Amino acid sequence: MDSPITPQAMETVMIRRPSVRGAAIITRPFFWLITLVVAIFIVTPAIGNNVELRESLLLAAVYITLASNLNLMLGYAGYINFGSIVFFGLGGYICVWLVNSYDWPLWLALLAAGVGVSALSFIFGIGILRLRGPFFALSTIGIVEGVQAFVQNFTPWGGSSGIYISPAVFAPLGGPARALWVVYFALVAVMGLSLYLSYAIKTSKFGLGLLAIGQNEDAAAILGVPTPRYKALAYSASAFLPAIVGGLYFFKGAFIQPSDAFDLTLSTEAIVICMLGGQGTVTGVALGAYLYEELRGYLLTSETFSHFQLVVAGALLLLIVLFFPGGLMGFIYSRFPRTQRLLE
Amino acid sequence: MTALLSLQKVGKRFGGLQAVHDLSFDMRQGEILGLIGPNGAGKSTLFNLINGVFAPNSGNIVFNGIDITGQRPFVIARHGLARTHQIVQPFTNMTVLENCTVGACFGRENLPLMRARDAAREAIVIAGLEDRAATLALHLTIAGKKRLELARALAAQPMLLLLDEVLAGLNPAEIEHMIGVIRRIRDRGISILIIEHLMQAIMSLSDRIIVLNYGEKLAEGAPSEVARNPQVIEAYLGDPKLAEQLQGHAEQPASNGSARHV
Repeated sequence: MDSPITPQAMETVMIRRPSVRGAAIITRPFFWLITLVVAIFIVTPAIGNNVELRESLLLAAVYITLASNLNLMLGYAGYINFGSIVFFGLGGYICVWLVNSYDWPLWLALLAAGVGVSALSFIFGIGILRLRGPFFALSTIGIVEGVQAFVQNFTPWGGSSGIYISPAVFAPLGGPARALWVVYFALVAVMGLSLYLSYAIKTSKFGLGLLAIGQNEDAAAILGVPTPRYKALAYSASAFLPAIVGGLYFFKGAFIQPSDAFDLTLSTEAIVICMLGGQGTVTGVALGAYLYEELRGYLLTSETFSHFQLVVAGALLLLIVLFFPGGLMGFIYSRFPRTQRLLE
Repeated sequence: MTALLSLQKVGKRFGGLQAVHDLSFDMRQGEILGLIGPNGAGKSTLFNLINGVFAPNSGNIVFNGIDITGQRPFVIARHGLARTHQIVQPFTNMTVLENCTVGACFGRENLPLMRARDAAREAIVIAGLEDRAATLALHLTIAGKKRLELARALAAQPMLLLLDEVLAGLNPAEIEHMIGVIRRIRDRGISILIIEHLMQAIMSLSDRIIVLNYGEKLAEGAPSEVARNPQVIEAYLGDPKLAEQLQGHAEQPASNGSARHV
């Protein structure tokens, strides 16, 4: 991603620092910061059985998971993936189908969704990761359209009318009301795993290789970074947890159809979130996802802005790209350089 | 004598242009081999063939007993072959230390992150960038970026280093510094294949020189022999003043600082 150096670009300089550090991950403050966030997500809605807060945080957890995993490709390896929704949608379909048609326990169906979608992405990845820049981005849109067209015509998955889950599947989880809580806690766990994964990769040799690819792929290859394997691995890893989140999300809704599962809007929103928070950072992307979800919730419910959130998202993206290419964290890092040590 | 690097009838064609034609040469362990020739002679293409950016159309390249013909760059890097670029290619948003850590991590030793950082530090000291270790590559001067190229390649602990015009664009003081760095690298037992347009510099650095023209080997030998070779002077260098300059140098080595650009 070579670009002329503008004053705005200086801000991006502050982020994307791979931490070259060796201490065991549990001894690092950032690990405990993630743990704290997860604990807050678990405890606050549980106090007083606050269902409204739970639903809001549930969406935030979905956004954080999707954006954090997208960040592995976008922020680390520098590949813009418009197809992250495919991981989510396919994961949803595999899980709902296995639970509904074959009576698989939810946990097993989720695992199958994660592994299946990851494996599929690895194969896709080897193919399309030969492309770079805009060509890669376009091919990922092609994958969304292709998969959606396939599912719309795939009878075992109900074609374009989708799959309804029978309420009976909630019985093993203690009935629908308790199942909602179980799904919520599972979602928060997956969100936590996403954050740990983003952090662990960023501070690893693998992460250093990805960041090198993101900055100059040819130079990285010449220095010995096995670029095709690393890119395919990152692409595949970025599919695993979103597929599980898709499974949980559509299991909770008890219904899945192609237009919901493969809605390009969610992919775009995930990209906006990464840019808003600061691509390549773990904190920024999580914070961006939370803020975006809050903003979206406000816009959706306010009378003046109802169904206006995409217009706002578009305007936001434009403003960020033009004036704050480093996003929220770029701004924070440049104002408070010391935060770079603590906040990845 | 087994060669560290051996090229056997290597050829590369780009469409109608034969960039490198049936080129063969051997390089010994510990040697500094200079590669000169006019623009378009195929020098950089040759580097790209050796380190796997391009696959040759014909011939074989053997490095340290391993046939590396047509292998991918990251595979060749693992065998212990590193290079710098004529146009610097730093990871701009990484610090100097991080840049070099990439080199150390994925180079010959395939080091884990922590040990790679130590190797990177060492390379930074050799390249004379120790006071810049925490600077983002973006903020380095051209001379700094050239040194970073060198440090990053060195951090990989290669057996053979390909240097592509590391002196170009530097001022006399910087050139002198860089020549010192190159000598220090050789003293560590690393073989160097170097492309350079600064005649006096390459004549004084190299143990042996190969002259390329139109992708073919025109001459090969010690610097003084090459400089006196009438074929080189007449057919390739052409300019009699330049020939005079080279011969003058071969007889009495000039100080590095006065190197002139050809």
